[in-house]
Amino acid sequence: MPGPAPAPTPADVERVFREEYGRAVAVLTRVFGDIDTAEDAVQDAFAEAARRWPSAGLPASPAGWIITTARNRAIDRLRREAARDAKQAQAALLRAENEPIEEGPVHDDRLRLIFTCCHPALGPAARIALTLRLLGGLTTAEIARAFLVPEPTMAQRLVRAKAKIRDAGIPYRVPAEADLPARLSGVLAVAYLIFNEGYTASSGEALARPDLCAEATRLGRLLARLMPDEPEVLGLLALMLLTESRRAARTSPDGALVLLADHAIRADLLRRLGRPAEADAAYEAAIARAGNEAERAYLTRARARLRAP
Amino acid sequence: MKQYLLSIYQPDGDPPPPEILEPIMRDINAVNAEMRGAGAWVFTGGLYPPEVATVLRADGADVLVTDGPFAEGKEHIGGFWVIRAPDLDAALGWARKATTACKLPVEVRPMVDMAEG
Repeated sequence: MPGPAPAPTPADVERVFREEYGRAVAVLTRVFGDIDTAEDAVQDAFAEAARRWPSAGLPASPAGWIITTARNRAIDRLRREAARDAKQAQAALLRAENEPIEEGPVHDDRLRLIFTCCHPALGPAARIALTLRLLGGLTTAEIARAFLVPEPTMAQRLVRAKAKIRDAGIPYRVPAEADLPARLSGVLAVAYLIFNEGYTASSGEALARPDLCAEATRLGRLLARLMPDEPEVLGLLALMLLTESRRAARTSPDGALVLLADHAIRADLLRRLGRPAEADAAYEAAIARAGNEAERAYLTRARARLRAP
Repeated sequence: MKQYLLSIYQPDGDPPPPEILEPIMRDINAVNAEMRGAGAWVFTGGLYPPEVATVLRADGADVLVTDGPFAEGKEHIGGFWVIRAPDLDAALGWARKATTACKLPVEVRPMVDMAEG
């Protein structure tokens, strides 16, 4: 018989937060029809998890536990507000009674939330901030730091964007088939902009911000899982993964930029393109720059294969 | 159902000649008919140019009356629709038809539901 599961550490709670925050906010936004209510409730639920899980152990379905706890918390809060005759709270309660917390068979709630966050009626900076906040679970401070704006500026941007979603009636749904190509390209643009900011930071000391690249790639994987038939999604994910695979080689140990022209990979690519003379020269240059004997030997062998008839 | 104000931003100055204006008016009337048919139409209005506007401003017990539009600018609202739509995407769908018909920028603003208090 298996023994009791080991008590979860704060890192375990953190991991569940990263993986499940977006889904929980997405489900509760559908249930209550309001993003702020959903965010507050999910944060309450994670605070409760951080208190209880270390002694009670990880529940069988951490995501299910978070969503149920958040729903109950939100209902408690709305009941208190509704008792004070708050019309919005009453409407949200009425809605929640009829909305199941299980997701529909066709669309993951996160997909709807992505399309809401990346709606063309929102400014580009707001789309990026909302996506990182609601789907990635990044704090306002983290997003502000990533884009090097003061935290109050970022907080204001998020508040305005959420107010526009609510007041202008930006819908919470996957667009109709006819609008999907244009709207999807807007979503992919947000993922790509996040990745790009991570790939070459527009300001700051370091060349790259791996956390933003990781967040964009996670978003790309999620989109690919939710929309497996969209070639544009797979194309963007492939581009991000290919670019990401070179990340460690883009900087020298002291953080200085290493250009593609200085990579041995350039020689390999030229060889594959069938441009042997240029590939030969590139191998030559790479051999001259190689820091260790093993690398020199490898490059010399590659060049020899190129020269062989 | 929410209501949205769709305003047409029109450059100041003389209107275009009839050979340009007439097909535009025909297209706008077609959009109106489509809105009515779909139950989205609430109200439409075309406005005289901003030079004939008058602004009133309460100042204590007095009311100051001045000639001209409130905001100086090269464009002013030349006409508008009030429509009924379930959400912003539906309102933007009508605004898309509106800007295509009148060939001018159209601004979409949600209206506060007065019944909400």
